[in-house]
Amino acid sequence: MVRRQKRFEVLEKRAVNQDGFIKEWIDVGLVAMDSPNDPEPSIKITNGKVIEMDGKSRKDFDMIDTWIADHTIVADVAEEAMALDSLDIARMLVDINVPRAEIVRLSVGMTPAKYVDILKRMNVVELMMAMQKLRPRRTPSNQAHVTNVKDTPALLAADAAEAAYRGFSELETTVGVGRYAPMNALSILVGSQTGRPGVLTQCAVEESLELTMGMRGLTAYAETVSVYGTEQVFMDGDDTPWSKAFLASAYASRGLKMRFTSGTGSEVQMGYAEGKSMLYLEIRCVMITKGAGVQGLQNGSISVVGVPGAVPAGVRTMLAENIATVLNDMEVASGNDQTFTHSPIRNTARMLMQFLPGTDLIFSGYSAVPNYDNMFAGSTHDCDDYDDMLVLQRDLQVDMSLRPVKEEDVIAIRNKGAMALQAVFDELRLPPITDDEVDAATYAHGSKDMPDRNVPEDLRSIDELMKREITGLDVVLALAKHGFNDVAQSVLNMLKGKVSGDYLQTSAIFDENFNVVAAINDLNDYEGPGTGYRLEGERWELLKDIRAAISPEDV
Amino acid sequence: MNISEDMVKEIIIEVLQQMKGEGEPATSQVKEQARALQFQEIGEAKPGTNVNEVVIGIPPAFGTAMTQTIINIPHRDVLSEVMAGIEEEGLKARIVKVNRTADVGFIAHEAAKLSGSGIGIGIISRGTTVIHQRDLAPLQNLELFSQSPLVERETFRAIGRNAAQYAKGESPSPVPVRNDPMARPKYQGLAALLHNKEVQYVKPDMPSMEMTVRL
Repeated sequence: MVRRQKRFEVLEKRAVNQDGFIKEWIDVGLVAMDSPNDPEPSIKITNGKVIEMDGKSRKDFDMIDTWIADHTIVADVAEEAMALDSLDIARMLVDINVPRAEIVRLSVGMTPAKYVDILKRMNVVELMMAMQKLRPRRTPSNQAHVTNVKDTPALLAADAAEAAYRGFSELETTVGVGRYAPMNALSILVGSQTGRPGVLTQCAVEESLELTMGMRGLTAYAETVSVYGTEQVFMDGDDTPWSKAFLASAYASRGLKMRFTSGTGSEVQMGYAEGKSMLYLEIRCVMITKGAGVQGLQNGSISVVGVPGAVPAGVRTMLAENIATVLNDMEVASGNDQTFTHSPIRNTARMLMQFLPGTDLIFSGYSAVPNYDNMFAGSTHDCDDYDDMLVLQRDLQVDMSLRPVKEEDVIAIRNKGAMALQAVFDELRLPPITDDEVDAATYAHGSKDMPDRNVPEDLRSIDELMKREITGLDVVLALAKHGFNDVAQSVLNMLKGKVSGDYLQTSAIFDENFNVVAAINDLNDYEGPGTGYRLEGERWELLKDIRAAISPEDV
Repeated sequence: MNISEDMVKEIIIEVLQQMKGEGEPATSQVKEQARALQFQEIGEAKPGTNVNEVVIGIPPAFGTAMTQTIINIPHRDVLSEVMAGIEEEGLKARIVKVNRTADVGFIAHEAAKLSGSGIGIGIISRGTTVIHQRDLAPLQNLELFSQSPLVERETFRAIGRNAAQYAKGESPSPVPVRNDPMARPKYQGLAALLHNKEVQYVKPDMPSMEMTVRL
């Protein structure tokens, strides 16, 4: 064009126009929730066995069909559930007069195509209503990411302490350099128990190492056990539903909480979507998880969010897949954990889908560090957005599990977290954390404010630490020896949690007194106005008291 | 770099044409594409015995059906840099085409298993790279460069150097980790398209092949 229209020139520069958008491409599965290649729902049962599912007879089943037919679908209710009209079921999901228990009873009798057929009839407000009613835990909660680009331990401990103190009930770390994993796990363990006793921690790395760290007591749960919706993608990772279920059992046998991870777009990202919609493939993942007896799932596209985020109705689909999870009576850690847009408007709109109804873990997780330090390649929102989030809670009277904090208290807790870890490093003969590092970590915005460490020396000491078979108990002893008795007691309580195993119940988290809060003792009882979780009373008094608010007495 | 809708369209058209079997290789379709590499297949790849070698594993589309990374570094330069890095440390590079997968972790692990030193590098077409060691689990790594838009020419050189140092039994400082939280919104759609193209050239039943290349 020779002459540009000035408004278009302005629009072109807007953040949203830096995002990548792609048009639907059905043949490779670049379509959110409605592909002509998706099967029609059907079921045939003979002698209690599924012999046909979604138009395919048993002899044509792939391994995922077989798994779902044999381990997920409850034959006793399948004929009843499949005979119901999909639109009627969609209406039941939003009807306050149909209790959650009735829906959950029926949901285990439905096939993957049936789920898609129901969910695609619901708009986002209806889906949010379904989430409000169906999430297993009555009290919503939140997870945070704690990582940094240098894998520097004092900062990890300080950030974990602050994140725990601000109200996250789960913290997840990962690595820049893979071999740092055990040190990162140790750092957020100590930091989290300093910030708020009972916060659960995990370290997302390769599966066998992740399990080893859990068994050693360096982590309290696991989440990044990935499942996929097509056979080929599973096989690319040398896995099957059976091997994943075996891994799940390994965690359960050691008293470790765990959930699976999946999300729309992963199959098309890996090139094997078989032309099916992203939602259909994701429902297969949800149902693999249910069939494995796993208590929960992290989904909502997760690390592939740029793919559904780039096609029409992608954000609606992310909410729909969260609904599929809770519909299966499983804990949902509902995404919002990866950047998918340059636009703060898109970003917040996407997050409201889970924040407004409340989920078991609204973010999975929120970046408790600046996004440049977020080694999951950035989350939707980060530590610089804390005050916006506090105001959103106050504006809408909705709980994101974040509480207002005072600067001096955050400084104190960050300092204590870094010092506690310094003591543990000293006792475990890890390369020392200097007083300068503790000081820098206490006041840091991010790793740019941290001195560099000797990386090869750290890595050698980590190998050695693993060879010495250091466990959580050594951490307890180290903390106690250096006078951090309260932190030592909390780390010990985390280990005791694995012995009792109560936090393996669906949607379980610990409160600050190590009481389990789960779907078994805090079951979601939402049945319309006047029921369910409400942000009111003492909790509301706490959350509305943000530091920017002016008192009438001060005027 | 901005990914324009046109660029994405171009790739879609290109992939579609190839799927239909109508088109010529990518190189003739899009004029800014880098030139294809001259590979020669020598035979089935065998485990090496030379402890002074590092094996570079690549998928079938690398340098042929696809010729540049997601940030347009020609595959010729990718290999030159990595090999130069290895040679700077006084070691030899060997190239293996891994036919059976486009998963960078498994390609790198296969390269490591074939390497006389036990150290391998896996590089897929868009630039995602892993340094691997044969005794590690397939999805572990020595160093992982997961964000392909951040893997630049210098990174490839440093990857070659570090891999060679591991092969010599040294403990190099890992190539400094980089992170761009906006890489995903900018590049993930494109990465999906590129990977869909990559896997179309995978031959699951074919063994890995020993290759030479004229750079």
